[in-house]
Amino acid sequence: MIYLTRKCEFSASHYYHNPEFTPEENQRVFGKCNNPHGHGHNYTLELTVKGRVDSRTGFVIDLKDLKEILNREVLDVMDHRFLNKEVPEFAKAIPTTENIAVAIWNRLGSKLKIAELHRVRVYETPDLFVDYYGEE
Amino acid sequence: MKAYLTKRYRFSASHRLHSDELSEDQNWVTYGKCNNPHGHGHNYALEVTVAGQVDPRTGMVYDLGALDAAVESSIIKRFGHENLNCLQDFRRIVPTSENLAKKIYEILKRELSHVTLERVKLDETSQNSFEYAGDAELRH
Repeated sequence: MIYLTRKCEFSASHYYHNPEFTPEENQRVFGKCNNPHGHGHNYTLELTVKGRVDSRTGFVIDLKDLKEILNREVLDVMDHRFLNKEVPEFAKAIPTTENIAVAIWNRLGSKLKIAELHRVRVYETPDLFVDYYGEE
Repeated sequence: MKAYLTKRYRFSASHRLHSDELSEDQNWVTYGKCNNPHGHGHNYALEVTVAGQVDPRTGMVYDLGALDAAVESSIIKRFGHENLNCLQDFRRIVPTSENLAKKIYEILKRELSHVTLERVKLDETSQNSFEYAGDAELRH
């Protein structure tokens, strides 16, 4: 089994808010991240897929295809967006790094015909990231 | 939905690698320049990974503020800007990064309540890293 990782970056803004919390609870739980005008990050996505090497091509997956899927499913959707307002998954779910990782996994899962998703890693900052391996 | 949250912290410390069970020559052969009796230093980078279900109310595995507070009070304050060889933790144990990673894991395991400590990763330099996950196998 070979594990292949492709990295890409996107810039987006978001804020953390649960409409079921009181304003005080939102402030206590989320602090400055609760600013309704949002704040931004340069996110880095590391997508790891796994598979066997195709003996004809030497590939686990054609990187051109993987790049196209990432552009369509992640970058076109999230790059330079206000996540809370512009990405359907975050109309109800809070766009934390955890939920962004899960959303990306769910978007990509059915799109890979060759190779299998192994891990989605999302860096919110260079020192903070979340790994998601699918449902477990 | 189970996810793994990792945050990186930094601290600087000095140490010397020396074992009283080895002769002077053996210490030099084993540890080389790290056996310098005056010690030497590192800017350590510490990654702490916690695992858990994403809380649907907050979208989080664990409160980052609580994680920061636990690491700051139990690790950074304890080891930051210290000479590791002078600490009680390393009176009888060589303060290699292996032993330091294991020590940090054990301390945080006790400190972090309500969440599973998955692993710690200690970068001694940009080229050497040490990961410890207790008795569990590491997941990559």
